[in-house]
Amino acid sequence: MIGLSALLSHWMRHKVQALLLVVGLALATALWTGVQAINAEARSSYDRAASALTQDRMPRLVAERITLADYVALRREGWPVSPVIEGTADIGGQSLRLIGIEPLTLPKGEAPTGDPADFLTGGGVILSATPLDDLRAREADLPPGIALTDIGVAAGILGPDISYLLLTEDRPAPEGYSLIHPATTDLSQLTESFHLNLAAFGYLAFGVGLFIVHSAIGLAFEQRRGMFQTLRALGLSARALTMLLLAELLVVALVAGALGVALGWLIAGVLLPDVAATLRGLYGADVGSGLTLRPVWWLSGLGIAVLGVLLSASQSLWQLWRLPPLAPAQPRAWARASARAMQGQALAGVMLLCGASGLLMVPGLWAGFGVLGGLLLGGALILPILLAGLTHLGQRLSRDALAQWFWADTRQQLPGLSLALMALLLALAANIGVGTMVGSFRGTFTAWIDQRLAADLYVEAADEGDLIRLLDWLDGRGTALPMIQTADDGIEVVGMVDHPLFRKAWPLLRAVPDPWVRLDAGDIFVNEQLAAQRGLSPGDRMDQGIVAGIYPDYGNPMPQIILSMARHRALYPLPLLRYALITEVPADEIRAAFPRIAVQNRAAIREASVEVFERTFAVTGALNVLTLGVASLAIFASLLTLSSLRLPQVAPVWAMGLTRGRLAGLEFVRTLALTVLIWVVALPMGLALAWVLLAVINVEAFGWRLPLQMFPSDWARLGVLSLVAAAVAAALPVRRLARIAPTDLLKVFSNER
Amino acid sequence: MLSLIDLYKSHASSEGQVTVLDGVSLSLEARKTLALTGESGSGKSTLLHLCAGLDAPDAGRIEIAGRPIGRTDAERAALRRGTVGLVFQQFNLIPSMDVAANLAFQARLSGRHDLQWQAILTEALDLGSLLTRFPEQLSGGQQQRVAIGRALAARPKLILADEPTGNLDEASGDRVMALLLRLVAETGAALLMVTHSPRLAALLDRRVHLRGGRLE
Repeated sequence: MIGLSALLSHWMRHKVQALLLVVGLALATALWTGVQAINAEARSSYDRAASALTQDRMPRLVAERITLADYVALRREGWPVSPVIEGTADIGGQSLRLIGIEPLTLPKGEAPTGDPADFLTGGGVILSATPLDDLRAREADLPPGIALTDIGVAAGILGPDISYLLLTEDRPAPEGYSLIHPATTDLSQLTESFHLNLAAFGYLAFGVGLFIVHSAIGLAFEQRRGMFQTLRALGLSARALTMLLLAELLVVALVAGALGVALGWLIAGVLLPDVAATLRGLYGADVGSGLTLRPVWWLSGLGIAVLGVLLSASQSLWQLWRLPPLAPAQPRAWARASARAMQGQALAGVMLLCGASGLLMVPGLWAGFGVLGGLLLGGALILPILLAGLTHLGQRLSRDALAQWFWADTRQQLPGLSLALMALLLALAANIGVGTMVGSFRGTFTAWIDQRLAADLYVEAADEGDLIRLLDWLDGRGTALPMIQTADDGIEVVGMVDHPLFRKAWPLLRAVPDPWVRLDAGDIFVNEQLAAQRGLSPGDRMDQGIVAGIYPDYGNPMPQIILSMARHRALYPLPLLRYALITEVPADEIRAAFPRIAVQNRAAIREASVEVFERTFAVTGALNVLTLGVASLAIFASLLTLSSLRLPQVAPVWAMGLTRGRLAGLEFVRTLALTVLIWVVALPMGLALAWVLLAVINVEAFGWRLPLQMFPSDWARLGVLSLVAAAVAAALPVRRLARIAPTDLLKVFSNER
Repeated sequence: MLSLIDLYKSHASSEGQVTVLDGVSLSLEARKTLALTGESGSGKSTLLHLCAGLDAPDAGRIEIAGRPIGRTDAERAALRRGTVGLVFQQFNLIPSMDVAANLAFQARLSGRHDLQWQAILTEALDLGSLLTRFPEQLSGGQQQRVAIGRALAARPKLILADEPTGNLDEASGDRVMALLLRLVAETGAALLMVTHSPRLAALLDRRVHLRGGRLE
């Protein structure tokens, strides 16, 4: 107990250091748990969706038109079918996907929970995840954005025609109907790459945070080396001392871990709406934006904090274990040991970079993440020796004594600063890499969406009759091009008329000669993701036909093929419920005349798509900023702790005629110079990262290969931002040096430190 | 060369204000050597630091070569660069620079670097084979020889040495002391040396003893 109080007294005397240790660990834990919380919430939404909407995955019968009479006739003939009316509807001020089911004919286990009488009687109940401003509405455990109701209620809202019939037994389709198997894609599988991406960011932020923790613990051990020796000399065994230090670290880990989990909860709460928007935009996955507090978070958050501390302290604990009780105190031994380790680190870094290059040959998303990890870690490990080389060069090129000292002293500081500088490098490279990827994506995406949205208006109804009436009403005041899409065996199948509008809107990445003629003749187009998934090239054959062209389809997680409209109609006799209109008739006029038809103009769709895109990467941007913030804190922690250790190096220069103000100014310039050097190193590393994201990760995860674009102004802005962050981080240590009392510097000469 | 007139210096402690120097006056002529002795805590180092302009007195005047040392940080720094050479007990070399750069550092800082003079110093101090080494690769005696060379490289008028052999064994200390005195004599500088050793103090021209903040 006395030993522990002696150890803890150090932290009482070094409160800022203690604070940095706790804050560093809390931040690292917060970013990690925040990301874990978001992922857990999303996955639980997928599970809920999977259990609530199992009918989404049942085979269905489709026809150009299915009336109530058709359904009744099939039932009378003994067909095990259950009708569904489905469409988009405005209910209680919200736009929802309304699904009308017939609970009595659904197979057991597929009907909604609760009292069926409730569902069927009265005005009819509309179930939804969120409260709706509608008397019929009730809350239920459903995915957000979905409303479930009785088919009678749905017919009143969407129109009487049946959208499709669920076939509840495995049978071939009756005459006049087609059997389709909708998407079998599991949301949690589809979104795995996104969550993996997010988790990778979480681990990166955690790693950057651990740099602070390692730095603070290493320094505290070094500062207490004399005390450890005294305690050992007074009879405390190495084992007992190590156990005491472990107990001390455990206390720190639990306090910081608890803080971190609470902070992580806040971060997750702030980021979740954006993540939900991303998942909706990219995958059509509906994730609620409310967080549920789970005990497993607390436990895993505290666990990762303890693990992080043990990882950060392992080197120091090992050294302590081996410390002979009478070994002479070696000030800055920790820094010198780090300097010796520099070459080993660089070698490990080169090996990691070689390993990453080798992994480029291996297909698969995990290999892609391996390349990313190898690139980031390898680059970080090489950084100290690279900076040492650059400062050596600076010293050799300098003519002035002070400039030579400046570079030599900078090199001397590298072992103490290297961890923080590595953290900054990782943060900057991640910023440049992800920023370039997002920028390239944005440029390609907006150009593509502008091209894809070629018509003036897009109309959709749940009832084909409504659309026939609309076309009559338009009476030649525009051109209406039918758009039809269904899902079969996990592939979206689109039917397309050959019209100049679509030829312009569907540019092809690769194609055989005269591809549109080939499409009319029975060949198919496939989207880039399907081509990547199955290794298809123009001229290859699929079940549906020969591939005549491959088109970009950004933002779509599903594989897709395009057939000519005639072939599509033959294969899937579905009602025509969507049209692209080339017309000057205003959208509002159509809405007023046909309230049950959803009308969207080009600008609105474009705006919504771009907004989804921007929100998609808002999370990435936020995590980028947070990581940079953590790296700045790491620099602040290192500079602050080094400022007192560095006095023996600074005091002789002061004694030889440099003022404290000048020395402080040089310290400031040094921090900025190092930041600029790191920014320069981060540029190629970030671009390599962007290339891996665009050419490897995106292709593996989404099937999209995007061109790499350059954004020098963004990099310059990041450079300025990092300089500001470094200046803020250096401000306090520099101010301290400028105002240090001469008596403190004189202690260096009197051996009183 | 050095005049101290009625110097007072005190510092705050947990027991209140403690007087370290209580009206100290002293003069040291050019080409002369003076030993300042006294018990631990008697204020020897404080007096030396005031002479170097590393600290400021509460009252009194300090003149070097007939000119008062400045009041501002910058003025006192300029004095240290050009006029004063310092030798410390802890050597206090710059760890990031090799021996050659350490030797030349102060002279280059003051713009008075003379390659020929540095070559003479290097030879006299027997540092020729150590020029590319770094301080941590040197023994205590070698480090102190570098520190002496550094202090003399700018040909200062006044050398201030604080226990220059305090961290060395007797044989190394004697060798370093002999070198210091020989080179000080060759450059014509004045030397004020703090020591607690009567034996070393006897090697210098004159000796004063500090007790209770006053000179005896």
